[in-house]
Amino acid sequence: MSTDKSVSKTVKRIWDNSGMLLVFIVLFALLSIFVPYFLTWRNMIGLGLSVSMVGMVACTMLFCLASGDFDLSVENIVAFSGVTAVVLINLTGDVALGIVVGILAGGLVGLLNGLIIAKAGINALITTLAMSQIVRGLAFIVSGGQARSVGNAGFFGLGNGLVLGIPSPIWITIACFIVFAVLIRSTTYGKNTLAIGGNREAARLAGINVDGVKIVIFTVQGFMAGFAGVVLASRMTSGQPNTSQGFSLDVISACVLGGVSLSGGVAPILGAIVGVLIMGTVQDAMNLMNIPTFYQYVVRGLILLIAVLIDKAKQQTRRA
Amino acid sequence: MDPILEFRSVEKVFPGVRALSGISLQLGRGEVRGLVGENGAGKSTLLKLLSGAYQPTSGSIAIEGKPVEFKSTRAALDAGIAVIYQELNLVPDMTIAENLFLGHMPKRRPGVFVDSRAMDSGAKEGLELVMEDIDPLTKVRRLPIAQRQMVEIAKALLKNAKIIAFDEPTSSLSELETVNLFKIIKGLKSHGTSVIYVSHRLEEIFEVCDSVTVFRDGLCVETFADMRDVDQDKLVSRMVGRDIHNIYGYRGREVGEVAFEAKGIEGSGLSAPASFSAREGEIVGFFGLVGAGRTELMKLVYGATRKKAGTIELGGEKVRVGRPRDAIRHGIAYLPEDRKDEGIIPVRSVAENINLSCRRIHSRLGFFVRRKWEEENAAAYVGKLSIKTPSLEQAVSNLSGGNQQKVILARWLSEDTRVIIMDEPTRGIDVGTKSEIYSLMYGLAEAGKTIIFVSSDLPEVMGISDRLVVMKEGRIVAEVPRREMEKERILRLALPDAREESAQSPSNPQRAIL
Repeated sequence: MSTDKSVSKTVKRIWDNSGMLLVFIVLFALLSIFVPYFLTWRNMIGLGLSVSMVGMVACTMLFCLASGDFDLSVENIVAFSGVTAVVLINLTGDVALGIVVGILAGGLVGLLNGLIIAKAGINALITTLAMSQIVRGLAFIVSGGQARSVGNAGFFGLGNGLVLGIPSPIWITIACFIVFAVLIRSTTYGKNTLAIGGNREAARLAGINVDGVKIVIFTVQGFMAGFAGVVLASRMTSGQPNTSQGFSLDVISACVLGGVSLSGGVAPILGAIVGVLIMGTVQDAMNLMNIPTFYQYVVRGLILLIAVLIDKAKQQTRRA
Repeated sequence: MDPILEFRSVEKVFPGVRALSGISLQLGRGEVRGLVGENGAGKSTLLKLLSGAYQPTSGSIAIEGKPVEFKSTRAALDAGIAVIYQELNLVPDMTIAENLFLGHMPKRRPGVFVDSRAMDSGAKEGLELVMEDIDPLTKVRRLPIAQRQMVEIAKALLKNAKIIAFDEPTSSLSELETVNLFKIIKGLKSHGTSVIYVSHRLEEIFEVCDSVTVFRDGLCVETFADMRDVDQDKLVSRMVGRDIHNIYGYRGREVGEVAFEAKGIEGSGLSAPASFSAREGEIVGFFGLVGAGRTELMKLVYGATRKKAGTIELGGEKVRVGRPRDAIRHGIAYLPEDRKDEGIIPVRSVAENINLSCRRIHSRLGFFVRRKWEEENAAAYVGKLSIKTPSLEQAVSNLSGGNQQKVILARWLSEDTRVIIMDEPTRGIDVGTKSEIYSLMYGLAEAGKTIIFVSSDLPEVMGISDRLVVMKEGRIVAEVPRREMEKERILRLALPDAREESAQSPSNPQRAIL
C-alpha cells in the first residue's frame, strides 16, 4: 500500500515538473521516425526560425500571465514595428535608425497598455484588444496598406545573418530565454510579478509597487514584440502590415501548454520553453506533411484547448 | 431516547490524512448539541459528511434509525438536513427572494414561468423567521454582511429541515442578530428540530446548547450530556488535551515613551477625525462592533487606503504614509483582517510568503534575490513560531488558518518593525494556537515594539491589552486603561445608543459580545 502511494506520488511530481518535456521528447522521436525530412539540418533550422518569434515574445508573455494579466496586442505590435522600421529605412537610408525606431514604437505601445491597465484600472483583456485594433490600423496607415520591401541590404543581416552556421534569430531567442529565466527566478522583479499574480491585494499590502511592476511588464513586452517585429521584417526583407494574425494566441498557448497558470502566480519558464517547442514542432510537422492550412487552424485551436484544460485540472489539485 | 441522527464508527480518510477516526455520535430530537474543537480536529469534516459533500470511508450514518448514504448534497437536503456554513453561498446580484428560492423557485401553471407573488410572500415568511425586516426585493449586494448571514439562515429554515447545523454562525453577526439567532434556535428546539452548533466562542455554547461534544485530532473525545457538568476551562482542556487556565496569560511590562501618534485621521469609513497614540512596549486593543470603523482606521493609518486628512508621527517626528510601502519603510506592519484575500499568496510557498516584503532589502543591488538568505530566514521563523508545515516549499494555501497567520506574522518579523498593527489576529484560530499568538505578542511588546490590535472578541481584548480604545459608528468614543476595564461598561460604550436596552438584558450578563 505504501509503495503504491509513493509510486503515484513520484509519478505526479515528475508529471508536474517535466510532463510536458516528456511529451515533447516522445513527440519529437515519433516525428523523426514517421515524417520524412523532419530530422534534417535544413528542417531543424527552419523549425528553429519559426519558433524564434514565439519564443522571444513568450519570454515576456510569461511575465504578463504570471502577474495575472493578458496581452492580445503583441501580434499587432509585431506588424506595426516591422512596417515602421522598413518605411523609415526606405525614407532615410539609415538602417540603425529604422531598427531603433521600430523597437521604440513597440515599447511605446506597451507603455500605453501598461499605463491604462495599471492606472486607469481597465481590464487587460479589453485594453490590449482595443490597443491591438488601433495598432493594426496604424500599421496599415504607415505602410499605405501594402507590403513594403526594403531597398537597403544592410537590414538583412539582422534576420538572416549566420553565426556558427545558425541564423541569428535563433541565437537571439536563446539569449532571451536565458535572460528572462534569470529575471523570473532570481530577481525581486520576477518574484514580485509572481506575488502580484498570486494575490494582487496581498502583494500591495505587503508593500509591492503593483502599478509600477505592471507598467514595466507591459512596456518590456512592447519592446520585445517590437524587436521581434523588426527581426521578422528583416527575415522577410519587407514590412507587412497584415502579418502575424493569431500570433498572440500562439504565444499564450505555448505558455499555458508549458504550465503557466492563467490565473497568475505560477510561471515555470522551462515549461514555457517546452511549450514553445511543442507548438512549433507540431506546426512544422503539419507543413512537412502538407496538411492544408485550414486544418492547421483546427489543430492549433485544439492544442490551446487541451492546454487550458490541463491548466484547470492543475489548479484544482493546487487548491486541494 | 431514540436518536434522530447517529454516526456509527464513521471514518474519513483522505490521501495521507485521517480526518476522522471511528466517530460514534448520537443526536436526539429537539436537542441542541454544541460541537467544539481546535482547527483540524474534524468538525468541518463531520459537517461535510452530514451535508453529503463527502462520503464516509467506512462506518455509517443513520437518520431516525435507518442507515443513509448521501451521494450528493441534494440527497442530504431531501432527507431533511441543512448545513449553514460560514462562507455565504448567496448570489450578490440577485434579490433576497431569488436567493431564498434558488434552485426551487415556485412556478406558475405552464411550469416555465416563475411565480413571483408566491416567491415574494414566501420570502417575507422566511425573513420573519429570522426576525429581519427587509424588503425581499433588495439585492443581496446591498446588505451588510450580518444581514446576509441571516438570509443564509432563512434559506435553511425555509427548507423545513429536521436537522440544522450551524458553522460559526455569529462570526459576522451584530449583537442584535446574535440575540435573534439564539431565539431562533430556541424556537427550532421547541419545534422538535435538532441543532448542531459549531463554534469557537465557548460562551455561546454555554448560552444556547443543551449538550456539547468535544473533538480532538479526528476523534470524538467526550460528550457532555448536561452543560452543568462542564465549564469553559474543562472544555478547553478536553479540546487541547492539556490543562489551560486563563488562555490569555497576561504578562505586564514596563511601557516606554510615545512611539506612535495618529492625529486627526479622516477618510472612508470614519465619521469623525480619529486620533490616538501608543507607546513602546504597549499593547493597545481596539474594540467595537462590526462596522465600528476599526479596520478602516487601521487601513488609513497604514496607507492602504488614501487619507483625506490627518498626520502620523513616529517617535515625535511627522512621517508621510501615503502607501503601504511608506509604512513599511518607517517600520509599520499591518496584518490584515482577511487572511485569505489580503494576507497570503495562496499558490506560492511558505518560504515565498515569509520573504515577500523583506526580500528587497536583503537582495543584491535591490534586484538579485539572495536565495540562501531567504531559505535560512524562512526556516528560522518556521522554527521560532512553530509553523506546522511539511516543508518550506509547501503552498501556503494548504496550511491551517492558524499557521497561515503565523506565516504572515513571520513576514513582518522579518522586517525591522517598530509598530505592528494586527487586525483580528486570532479570528477562526483554535485555542492552542491562539495562546501561542498571545505569547508572541507579549514577547514582541517586551522587546519594545508597539502592538496595536483590533478584535471583536471582548474577553480577548480585555485579556491582553494594556489599554483599550472603543470605537462606535466610525469614531473613537473612549479609551479605557487596563485597571478600569469592565465588561458591561465597555459594551455600553460600544453599542449604538438605540440598542442599550438589549445590552442591559438580565438574561445573561456573562455572555461576551461578538
